[in-house]
Amino acid sequence: MSVDPVLSVRNLKVATAARRPAEILKGISFDIHPGETLCLVGESGSGKSVTSLVTMGLLPRGELEVTAGEARLNGEDIVAATPARTRALRGADMAMIFQEPMTALNPVLTIGLQMDEVFRAHRAMRAPDRKAAALEAFASVGLPSPARIHDSYPHQLSGGQRQRVMIAMALALKPKLLIADEPTTALDVTTQKQILELIRRLQEEQNTAVLFITHDMGVVVDIADRVCVMRNGEIVETGEVEKVLSAPRQQYTRDLLAAVPALTPRPARAPHSQDRVLELIEVNKVFSLQSAISRLLGREGHSVHAVNNVSFRLERGRTLGIVGESGSGKSTVARCVLRLEDPSSGAILVNGHDIAPLQGQRALAEARRAVQMIFQDPNRSLNPRLRIGESLIEGPMNAGEARVAALARAGDLLEVVRLPRDSLDRYPHQFSGGQRQRIAIARALMMSPDVIVADEAVSALDVSVQAQVLDLLAEVQQRQNLAVLFITHDLRVAAQICDDVMVMRRGEVVEFGPAGDILARPQHDYTRALIEAAPGRDWDFAQGRRIPEPA
Amino acid sequence: MLSYFLRRLLMAIPVMFFVAVFVFLLLRLTPGDPAQAIAGDQATPAQLQQIRESLGLNEPLSVQFVTWIGRMAHGDFGVSLISQQPVLKMIGQRIGPTVALALVAMGLTVLISLPMGVLAAWRHGGLTDRAVMAFSVIGFSVPVFVIGYVLIGVFAVNLKWFPVQGYKPLADGIGPFAHRIFLPGLALASIYIALVSRMTRASMLEVLREDYVRTARAKGLPEIVVLFRHALRNAAIPILTVVGTGFAMMISGVVVTETVFNIPGLGRLVVDAVLARDYPLIQAIILLTAGTYVLINLLIDLSYALTDPRIRFQ
Repeated sequence: MSVDPVLSVRNLKVATAARRPAEILKGISFDIHPGETLCLVGESGSGKSVTSLVTMGLLPRGELEVTAGEARLNGEDIVAATPARTRALRGADMAMIFQEPMTALNPVLTIGLQMDEVFRAHRAMRAPDRKAAALEAFASVGLPSPARIHDSYPHQLSGGQRQRVMIAMALALKPKLLIADEPTTALDVTTQKQILELIRRLQEEQNTAVLFITHDMGVVVDIADRVCVMRNGEIVETGEVEKVLSAPRQQYTRDLLAAVPALTPRPARAPHSQDRVLELIEVNKVFSLQSAISRLLGREGHSVHAVNNVSFRLERGRTLGIVGESGSGKSTVARCVLRLEDPSSGAILVNGHDIAPLQGQRALAEARRAVQMIFQDPNRSLNPRLRIGESLIEGPMNAGEARVAALARAGDLLEVVRLPRDSLDRYPHQFSGGQRQRIAIARALMMSPDVIVADEAVSALDVSVQAQVLDLLAEVQQRQNLAVLFITHDLRVAAQICDDVMVMRRGEVVEFGPAGDILARPQHDYTRALIEAAPGRDWDFAQGRRIPEPA
Repeated sequence: MLSYFLRRLLMAIPVMFFVAVFVFLLLRLTPGDPAQAIAGDQATPAQLQQIRESLGLNEPLSVQFVTWIGRMAHGDFGVSLISQQPVLKMIGQRIGPTVALALVAMGLTVLISLPMGVLAAWRHGGLTDRAVMAFSVIGFSVPVFVIGYVLIGVFAVNLKWFPVQGYKPLADGIGPFAHRIFLPGLALASIYIALVSRMTRASMLEVLREDYVRTARAKGLPEIVVLFRHALRNAAIPILTVVGTGFAMMISGVVVTETVFNIPGLGRLVVDAVLARDYPLIQAIILLTAGTYVLINLLIDLSYALTDPRIRFQ
């Protein structure tokens, strides 16, 4: 390419600012040209976010520092620039959008004011011109009624709308470089698709260079021109996206691609047991939001039908996936099954006994043993001040098991989930995310359950770790003949582990049936929309080739 | 919002009633006899009995209580047992200096401790941070009368910038008023400066880690805008709570400062009343203080909604 690169990073090294510095970036180099999208892809800890922070001049002071190398924006080295100079460049010549639209906007300031700041910081414009420019920017990212958005506070907008606001702010001054750090990871798939299309369109209009950071290979397929695969602060492989994905040169890249679950469902398992351990019959959950005064006066409050007439059956040894976007009611179903939430009506049969009308911990004790939960975020679901052993034996000891016997079983189960027995005496922070999720599985198994409810149990994990945890879950399921209720927003994961799939939207079941039928031949428009929005669905990661469009 | 305000005011009535019962019983359960205090050590039993009768102190407690509440409902808070003046008038004469002192102290607290706390959080772990923290330890640990005498010694006696003692109301002009109230205000504020600056620092440290602060920096905003517009408003709620309750505490806790600086305020009136077992006066002052607390708490809650648009009252 004859055009000069917008961003040119050379031999960039970053280390922690501790007495014994640890290298976070070990000398990375790459270029991005106008109109090009470069994806930095890698697992957590690979250094991809640090790269973006260096480029923006936003490294946390006193924690990380650049030890060597340069990052040139239009030929000007940002690493060596004064703070005043980088501040002038930030927001004007280079801009950034972040992962969490829910927290990236200031909750106490109006959207209009936050937009206005961009113009005020970088341009000498009169107030009416700034407002007109803001409204135009909101319109350009497809936000409905820009004037209303202008006067809104962030909490009045949806996640997708907030991310559009972030993009509008980032691109308001037509920067040469846009850095997008996992901008769609926190969004629903259908919203993700719209946001990716929006970034693409604006990039083409303004000829912006985009540095796109993601861990999701599907997103890479959809948006990248070139890709850099990062690992432990180094770029292990770089090249045109099709070349890297179809003919990876490095083993690490191959492993990463192999870990991406395929969208095509795995062959169904033959049902081998008629033992129905969990059955829901027309379960409803209505949340009524009623103030104390309204209750006193007997006035009707405002109510939300979170779960609407949900029924399903789950046999021993089977996995049922509940799939849906945020607000679909899938987690509320799980919470009702666990009786963390009281269903408004309907029956929940656990081993044939209806647990819906039971009240009080004593009455529920048997159900609490039979149904166990694995949560989404293993960093927060284990008490940081309890040793692993204490966390594992807490449930059985509540149920009356002797401490010594429970500890012995806990040690055995840690070996089942392939952790050393001496982990019993350690604390959660001494383990990685994947290891912690193994501990969470062991904790669920401690109660010898019949059903395991896994709510987004692998969503917070890197893909390679995700695959290992899913394999482990399948293995213990087979060994203990467990029924698994697997709640996920990820169709790829659902396709690989579920026997049956139930698609939910706004509290209602849209479609329910064998995974193979639902995912391969969806009957409902919403299911079809979900599958179409799955990132990278036209790429076959196992074969390393584009999937031909069906005629 | 208005209906919320009115409802909260209605809820204050039972609160005040319980305070009234509590105060009334507490005073009567403590040892000491106002008749004895009035009549002196030489009084005969007959004289004491006569005084008790004239003050209504020989009635059953329930009758005394109902009489007291009934009179208050008509705006009559009673007459001081000692000076024979209406207690409302006595309080009215003394409340001005106390409120003025508390307002000045709170103003100084906010002006000094907010920037200190923000700066300390911004330079977390640095020299400025450590200096602010050390300063606040001093503010906490040195008693207010020591700080008062040190301020007098340095700024009034040696440098002669301020008068040593005394009070002039605002009606006498802002100059004389400010000249006399600055040192006592600062002395009273010292512990609150320590408290609020620590609170601000802790709250800011939390907020500075938030994503929207990073967003603000990514827009290329100057640090001062990032700190004060984006971070401080989000850090405000715990700070407002401390400032509000601090103000309420000042109203009832100014006695030492008033004594050191010879200010004729409420604090000293309370002490005199307690020593003389002047029941009507003590009761009225405690009720007034309780009412101030209730009102200030309500104002704090309302101020949350002004700083954070997500808080709406039903």
